[in-house]
Amino acid sequence: MEFLSYLVNGLSLGSVYAIIALGYTMVYGIAKMLNFAHGDVIMVGGYIVFVFMNQLGVSAIASVAAAMVVCTVLGVAIERVAYLPLRGAPSLAVLITAIGVSYFLQNMALLIWGSTPMSFSSIVSMEPLQLAGGRLVITGEALVTIGVSVVIMAALTLFINRTRLGRAMLAVSEDKGAAQLMGINVNATISLTFAIGSALAAVAGALLCSSYPILQPTTGAMPGIKAFVAAVFGGIGSVPGAMVGGVLLGIIEILSKAYISTQLADAIVFAVLIVVLLVKPTGLLGKKINEKV
Amino acid sequence: MKKFVSMALAVCMAASLAACGGSESASEPAASGSAAAASGSTAASTAPIKIGSSGPLTGDYAQYGEGVRNGIELAVEEINAMGGIQFESSMEDDEADSEKAVNAYNTLKDWGMQIYIGAVTSGSTIAAGEVAYEDNMFLLTPSGTAAECMQYDNAFRVCFSDPNQGKASAEYIGTHGLATKVGVIYDSSNTYSSGIYEAFAAEAANQGIEVVAAEAFTADSNTDFSVQIQKVRDAGAELLFLPIYYSEATQILTQANTIGYDPIVFGCDGLDGILSVKNFDTSLAEGVMLLTPYVPGSDELTNTFTEKYVEKFGIEPNQFAADAYDAVYAVKAACEAAGITADMDYSAICDALKVEFTEISIDGVTGAGITWDASGEPNKEPKAVVIEGGVYVAPEGGEAAAESASAEPAAESASTSEAA
Repeated sequence: MEFLSYLVNGLSLGSVYAIIALGYTMVYGIAKMLNFAHGDVIMVGGYIVFVFMNQLGVSAIASVAAAMVVCTVLGVAIERVAYLPLRGAPSLAVLITAIGVSYFLQNMALLIWGSTPMSFSSIVSMEPLQLAGGRLVITGEALVTIGVSVVIMAALTLFINRTRLGRAMLAVSEDKGAAQLMGINVNATISLTFAIGSALAAVAGALLCSSYPILQPTTGAMPGIKAFVAAVFGGIGSVPGAMVGGVLLGIIEILSKAYISTQLADAIVFAVLIVVLLVKPTGLLGKKINEKV
Repeated sequence: MKKFVSMALAVCMAASLAACGGSESASEPAASGSAAAASGSTAASTAPIKIGSSGPLTGDYAQYGEGVRNGIELAVEEINAMGGIQFESSMEDDEADSEKAVNAYNTLKDWGMQIYIGAVTSGSTIAAGEVAYEDNMFLLTPSGTAAECMQYDNAFRVCFSDPNQGKASAEYIGTHGLATKVGVIYDSSNTYSSGIYEAFAAEAANQGIEVVAAEAFTADSNTDFSVQIQKVRDAGAELLFLPIYYSEATQILTQANTIGYDPIVFGCDGLDGILSVKNFDTSLAEGVMLLTPYVPGSDELTNTFTEKYVEKFGIEPNQFAADAYDAVYAVKAACEAAGITADMDYSAICDALKVEFTEISIDGVTGAGITWDASGEPNKEPKAVVIEGGVYVAPEGGEAAAESASAEPAAESASTSEAA
């Protein structure tokens, strides 16, 4: 019973990682860059939901929708202002820019909302499920998080494989130059990727803050890094890989906290990552690409 | 010609610089001369003893330093109005920076400081403490909690040390019979939190408290507490001890609430601020107990202190103000007992106060019957507050009852630990 309870917690945490990891992996797959500002877009999403829901009294769903709109605009704007001018630049320059954007967002949040932590009210108003006489408690947040991540995953897979825009994204991820020759607008496709990734970040922010209800300018930093690890773990660039990586990472983290040590949990998570990468350098579901020299 | 003009100008400048330096060095002896003259005339007992203090008056921790400054000002004003021993106080800003604390200390020494009540923050206290030790200047910090603040024999403090808070928490829980099975969630990456936890765990056994679960988290994993809460609950803890800061505590309370776990929650001064977290549902903090040096409205002394403070400064006193207020009264008691006069130099005062501080006992706003041992640590009954209706109130039964009840078990635990 205890084990089941830990497993549900792990699934719930892993689902949040998975949604965030989708944002990383899509951007990496298509633009071949690590968008380290992704975690901070999550934080902005959390704050927007907070402002709408707690300060303006808008309903939870409308607040999340508003946050998705704001984050989408923000994501596209970041891409236009910070990343587009660096399209041809070495990847290191883009990476440093992404870190700069990350700090910029954190400090903007610090200016706007201050450093005082805010307590986030959950967007889920569902009563927790009490099973086995109260010994197994599944919170509404856990159920919603797991459900939402499954829906997002399915929708995203369908979108990528079944729509023209999705196929355009696939094409750009395989070969930018060839895609352009086929009449695909590469810049618009990359913008679209950022838009989707940022909208997902808003959802992730709302779910993350509902489960772990503290909101401050650094809220997105650690989950962002963990989700990046999840994306690498599952095979960066692969959408199902991000999902699998995220969920596994969450479960490993919770179980090692529960059965090994609460202090060493992070160390164990990263040790697992190292082992996986030693055995399968491209991650669990990553494709092996033979580089022609 | 041009060259000549520029050289002439340069000479003029050099001369004026030299004049500047000269006038400065000339003014300094004059100042110290007048100080000497002043101290010469202080042979009369009405002359004030100069107490200096430094702390952050600007920057992030400004409210700590302001509290201390106000507390000292209020106490000095009261003492001077009584007649008898007289004090004069001065406070320098150190921005909670250890380097600036040393500068502030030196400035105060130039001013003629004879007793140093500072610094406010631990880092500054340690830095200024080094210099104070070399000088043999008596140091009494209102609020430097780190163990290293007390490494020299000239240093004393009013607040509890970090380890002491852990010990005091265990004693409080034990003597008030709050619980026998206790779970702890602490931050192992933070010296404050782990220091309190270790001292708590060591003392718990003496108090008949069983620590059934001690779960750690780190600064990098301070959002998900589901595992820790569940372990504490499954271990059957009746009381959850949280020697952590308030922002993590709000999350633990919220997450415990979602799974329907509602133990007695007990914390230290790090929880102070929990009610100021924006949008936090304060009903979750209902019944949370925390150890703090100063409980507003717990007895007559604190009531009059709070009243006078609000009247003079227009704001409610914080714990730093209370600590500083007691510090001045402790210095007064020790100076009177040791017969300190303003014409003694600081080294002689330090030698006398070092001995005298272990003899005195004062009733302050942060505790009744405070005494000190030679290590510089205060012995006082910790005060606890409980959150009721979104405000701090003294726990039921009152402090007076708690004290008389605690005196004996405390002695008992001391003897058992000796036997062990």
